[in-house]
Amino acid sequence: MADAIIDIRALSLAYERGGVRNVILSNLDLTIARGEFVVIVGESGVGKSTLLRVLIGLARPSAGKVRLDTRPGCRTPMALVFQDARLLPWRRVIDNVAFGLEGSGLSRAERRAKAAEMLALVGLADLGGRWPHQLSGGQRQRVAIARALAVEPDVLLMDEPFSALDSFTREGLQDELQRIKAQTGKTVLFVTHDIDEAVTLADRVVVLAGSPGRVAAEVRIDVPRPRPRRDAALLDAARSLRAELSRRSADL
Amino acid sequence: MSLVRSTLLAAAGLLAFLLFWEAMPRLGLINPAFLPPPSTIPAAFLREVSLGIWPEAVLSSLSHYVAGLLAGAGAGVGLGLLSGMFRPFESFTAWIVRLLRPIPGLAWVPFAIIWFGVQPSAAVFIIAIGVFWIVFFATQGAVRGVDRDLIEVAQAFGFRSPLARLTKILLPAATPGILVGLRTALGQAWMAVVAAEIFGVPGVGQRMMQASSLLSTDIVVVYMLTMAALYGLFDSAFVALQGWLLRWRA
Ligand SMILES: Nc1ncnc2c1ncn2[C@@H]1O[C@H](COP(=O)(O)OP(=O)(O)O)[C@@H](O)[C@H]1O
Ligand SMILES: [Mg+2]
Repeated sequence: MADAIIDIRALSLAYERGGVRNVILSNLDLTIARGEFVVIVGESGVGKSTLLRVLIGLARPSAGKVRLDTRPGCRTPMALVFQDARLLPWRRVIDNVAFGLEGSGLSRAERRAKAAEMLALVGLADLGGRWPHQLSGGQRQRVAIARALAVEPDVLLMDEPFSALDSFTREGLQDELQRIKAQTGKTVLFVTHDIDEAVTLADRVVVLAGSPGRVAAEVRIDVPRPRPRRDAALLDAARSLRAELSRRSADL
Repeated sequence: MSLVRSTLLAAAGLLAFLLFWEAMPRLGLINPAFLPPPSTIPAAFLREVSLGIWPEAVLSSLSHYVAGLLAGAGAGVGLGLLSGMFRPFESFTAWIVRLLRPIPGLAWVPFAIIWFGVQPSAAVFIIAIGVFWIVFFATQGAVRGVDRDLIEVAQAFGFRSPLARLTKILLPAATPGILVGLRTALGQAWMAVVAAEIFGVPGVGQRMMQASSLLSTDIVVVYMLTMAALYGLFDSAFVALQGWLLRWRA
């Protein structure tokens, strides 16, 4: 791929526990283009979170290479949104959003201004003064997204960020995310186990499968945006993705 | 039960206690020299104040209390953080801790006197030791109990040094647990004040010993109540501070 921002080559990862080697990912190749919205789906336990953790530096691969073509010298080329928002409960919302900016050399006022801007972007401009425990689950996840965006990452990593939310909130946030994506042009790598969510959001869906996990299939979702919900083309894409998945699991 | 009713009941209980206390010596059931009736306490208090003994003793004890508390709690928090953060440090100190921890604070009195003499610094030393272990273990436990997920958040945002981990996650997350230890220490330190001063360092404890050797039990009671009042004051102030520091909690 000409303009690859992430190039993962022959990535393997194993956990050692009590002398037993548990191979999670093996020989995984994946290339992500700049500005692409890639959604990773796969059964639970296949290693989706592990892959994101490798990219953000929370886990170390046993073999393979990850090449990044992000801005040189950037302190945070990637930012991760966790499944559970993981806000710091002792910080007000605005200071949670400003968290990642603290090593950036910006003054406190500048960090706050940036955080306020990000809060507005996720539609929570008025809630900066609240404590995390005063937010709903959906609001918390929005704050987590704002916190990740605040550090101006080239790549936004999202690990099942909406899976704990009710379906109304989830659909609202999916729309919101697409709007933010269109507005900022960020590259997004998004993990979900929800097929409808995957086809709604993705330029390309990557199926992780097997044990150890590797890329089992890739499906391009060529539906123009904005994508109306339950649009026939999306339903088609979801149907063929489901067919692909069941074929895969029959193979394995 | 309503707040008014429980307050009234509490007041009634205290009144009954005072009446019972007053009655015992007055009815001749106890020698008043052994247990002075509470009605004699205000006069004894005023006498102590007008002689200037009370303010001097209280100020002197307070200075030991505050200095001992700061030293003991400071060392307890500092070493507790180190031991909670670094496994090797914890292992290195494990047997030292096991050796020293069971020694009661008062067992250090002989050394306190040998090292510092009958001086305020001896009292500060004993108070500091009395406070240290409580705060140390509270801090160590609180740091070790910090949610690993939150530490990962810091790492994911590029804060990977031990210092960043400490200031951004461990310290704020461990604050509730550390404060619980500090509050216990606040009470423990008064115990140590009396004990330390009984050996002659000027202060409330020393004055109590003097009074008791003269069988001036009313003066002893004055200082017992003084300490109860000071403890109440400090504890209330601490609870207010704790509430403010932990205002982020649900
Ligand atoms: N720190 C770890 N130590 C050992 N095994 C782990 C660790 N983290 C994850 N695993 C294992 O790796 C596998 C993949 O986990 P994960 O990446 O979370 O899967 P997914 O996100 O696809 O559900 C699971 O079987 C899990 O038990
Ligand atoms: Mg996962």
